[in-house]
Amino acid sequence: MTTKQKASITLPAPLAINGGEAVAYAMRQIDPEVVAAYPITPQTFIIERFSEYVADGLVSTEYINVESEHAALSACVGACAAGGRAQTATSGPGLALMFEIVWVASGMRLPLVMHLCSRALSAPLNILCDHSDAMAMRESSWIMMFGSNPQEAYDQAIVAPTVAEHPDVLLPFANVLDGFTVTHSVERVDVLPDEDAKSFVGEYEPERWALQPGGGATFGGLDANDFYFEHKRQQVEAMDNSLEVVRRQLDKYAELSGRKMSLVEEYLLDDAEVALVVLGSSEGMVRAAIDQARADGIKVGMLRVRLFRPFPVADVRKALSGVAAVGVLDRAIAFGAPANALMQDIVMATRTLPERPLLMDFVYGLGGRNTPKQMFREAIDHVVLAKEQGAEPESPAYLGLR
Amino acid sequence: MTLKLRELTEKTEQFGSGHALCAGCAEPVAVRQVLAALVNPPVVALATGCLEVATTRFPDTTWKVPVIHSAFENAATTISGVEAAYKALVRKGRMEPRPLTFLVFGGDGATYDIGFQWLSGALERGHKFIYVCLNNEGYMNTGIQRSSATLLGAWTTTTPAGDVRPGKLQWHKDMTRIIAAHNIPYVAQAAVHNWKDLMTKVRKAEAADGPAFINVITPCDRGWRFDTDKTMEVSRLMVESGLWPLYEVENGVWRMTGGGQKRRPVIDALKSQKRFSHITTNGDESVVAEIQRRVDAEWESLQQLCEMSARAESES
Ligand SMILES: Cc1ncc(C[n+]2csc(CCOP(=O)(O)OP(=O)(O)O)c2C)c(N)n1
Ligand code: SF4
Ligand SMILES: [Mg+2]
Repeated sequence: MTTKQKASITLPAPLAINGGEAVAYAMRQIDPEVVAAYPITPQTFIIERFSEYVADGLVSTEYINVESEHAALSACVGACAAGGRAQTATSGPGLALMFEIVWVASGMRLPLVMHLCSRALSAPLNILCDHSDAMAMRESSWIMMFGSNPQEAYDQAIVAPTVAEHPDVLLPFANVLDGFTVTHSVERVDVLPDEDAKSFVGEYEPERWALQPGGGATFGGLDANDFYFEHKRQQVEAMDNSLEVVRRQLDKYAELSGRKMSLVEEYLLDDAEVALVVLGSSEGMVRAAIDQARADGIKVGMLRVRLFRPFPVADVRKALSGVAAVGVLDRAIAFGAPANALMQDIVMATRTLPERPLLMDFVYGLGGRNTPKQMFREAIDHVVLAKEQGAEPESPAYLGLR
Repeated sequence: MTLKLRELTEKTEQFGSGHALCAGCAEPVAVRQVLAALVNPPVVALATGCLEVATTRFPDTTWKVPVIHSAFENAATTISGVEAAYKALVRKGRMEPRPLTFLVFGGDGATYDIGFQWLSGALERGHKFIYVCLNNEGYMNTGIQRSSATLLGAWTTTTPAGDVRPGKLQWHKDMTRIIAAHNIPYVAQAAVHNWKDLMTKVRKAEAADGPAFINVITPCDRGWRFDTDKTMEVSRLMVESGLWPLYEVENGVWRMTGGGQKRRPVIDALKSQKRFSHITTNGDESVVAEIQRRVDAEWESLQQLCEMSARAESES
């Protein structure tokens, strides 16, 4: 019997759950040795549901109710170095508080997993979605994958440990999910049977671990100027390696689940003259705006970047080659930078295309500002105008700003 | 559980030679005593500080036991994660259960100041581990800056003795009693010169049913300004002057330990360390008098706690 047939026969009934619950469901199936987390909106669904699994004895996990997010990630570092699979979840300010340990986790090459429910950074205090938190960690040597709905929150959560723990990778993994739009939206979620999820994920088998019987290694020691640079170079290699590992794992997962995920997702790009590039849950509205513009005769398509770190340069280049003008949707501001984060990456990815597209940057959705279809339609019209005029605007446009 | 010298001599050293701690430093002495006293093999978490920096420089290591360093403030949480992973790995049947002792070494900076919250959280959660604070009353690794463990009047590089300020202006935090207020099964103060007392406390900490905390005074010849061969003498003076009383709180019972402590004036201890020379030799005795007054008060309060415990024990 092939895996596909087996999956189609034993597949559990679809669930109607939100993204937070979908992540918790995946975590139950993965059954990590240690989960450590601290409550913060909009991450709370994940840890509340998971706590129920612990209370009902449905997992073997030691759940540590730590006293802060810094401690949450610190406990995961200890657990993972000890030889356990470890996971946490947080949002905006929680990630900011963890920041020192974000780098410790990757520098120690610990393949732990964080579910990042994106939220604006203070001040002003704001609990709603934008990508300021995710963008602040983009150079920290974590694999970062943006999901766009509860189904993907689940699917990516299952794939995450298999990428992070791959011997050619050994880097932490951030499953980035838009706060509220993903974490709190109830949608249909198809899940794998427990046995399939468990056998896909397998067990964490590190080469060296602190609890290893007879093991006496020193973890996280000091590097002077004689080794630090070399260790960082090795991290670059691990990051580079992870790209193909992600691709392979997504393909393997597709065989099991029937759900195909790619490093970048294209929508109507084949004949597109203009395009929008987006991260995360706004892709739904962007698609709707594209459908509307197409009905008006505009040849527009969309590129959604799923794998953000490592940035899939070749996939992006290929997808955007032949497009005359591209609008990049940034949901965070890189204050004082020559361009916002996603725009910087798109500039670099497209710069050597024989016919480099005209590029323009849009800032949108900060602090949970609404992201209606009409707003993305406006962006499309801007890009069309830029194409007709053959000129790139110098500064970004701010969509939905009053 | 009793400590036999003979048995100790037969133990293999778990802390090797070749570390880069200063000559005369009390930290490796404390570490050796702790490791030798343990019955079980340990898994160690280190906080950033002199000990970590001087013993883990890649590609070498001084440690023959597993050691994890993550950051300055979070060693108690690192060990929480290790202890939790141990439980889960055993529960899952992925590892055979075996006796292990989860152990932390952190300096006073890591313990009293920057890591206070992490330690408090780990104690409240009740992980089974021993936290050993290597208290040299300052941030020595970064060049002798003040911490909340630094004594009143002490010179440090951030509380220099000047024309208008006589070194550190504040009384230190009583961390041991703050930890005791967490109501964990075992809390103690120890000193490196009294190895038997220290090691007995480690044994008790290891046998405790829950978290344990031992605050060890570890004189730093660099930061306290004394000759490298005077470490044990200085340690003894700290104890005998009442600046560092040896005691334990075992399941809520307060007890003086270390074979009776005759009190001598604090000036004897202060004079042994040049970090106090500006207050011991300038003719103005007010700071020394203030230290004496507060040490007397703290000593008195400690005696009362011990007497109350003794009464409660004899009544029950
Ligand atoms: C977050 C952070 N802040 C500051 C430092 C710098 N730092 C490293 S060790 C240290 C002092 C350590 O003092 P203590 O814990 O008392 O240990 P000691 O070196 O005195 O044994 C400081 C301030 C750091 N490494 N990390
Ligand atoms: S500075 Fe002090 S604590 Fe640090 S190694 Fe030297 S003597 Fe020890
Ligand atoms: Mg210190």
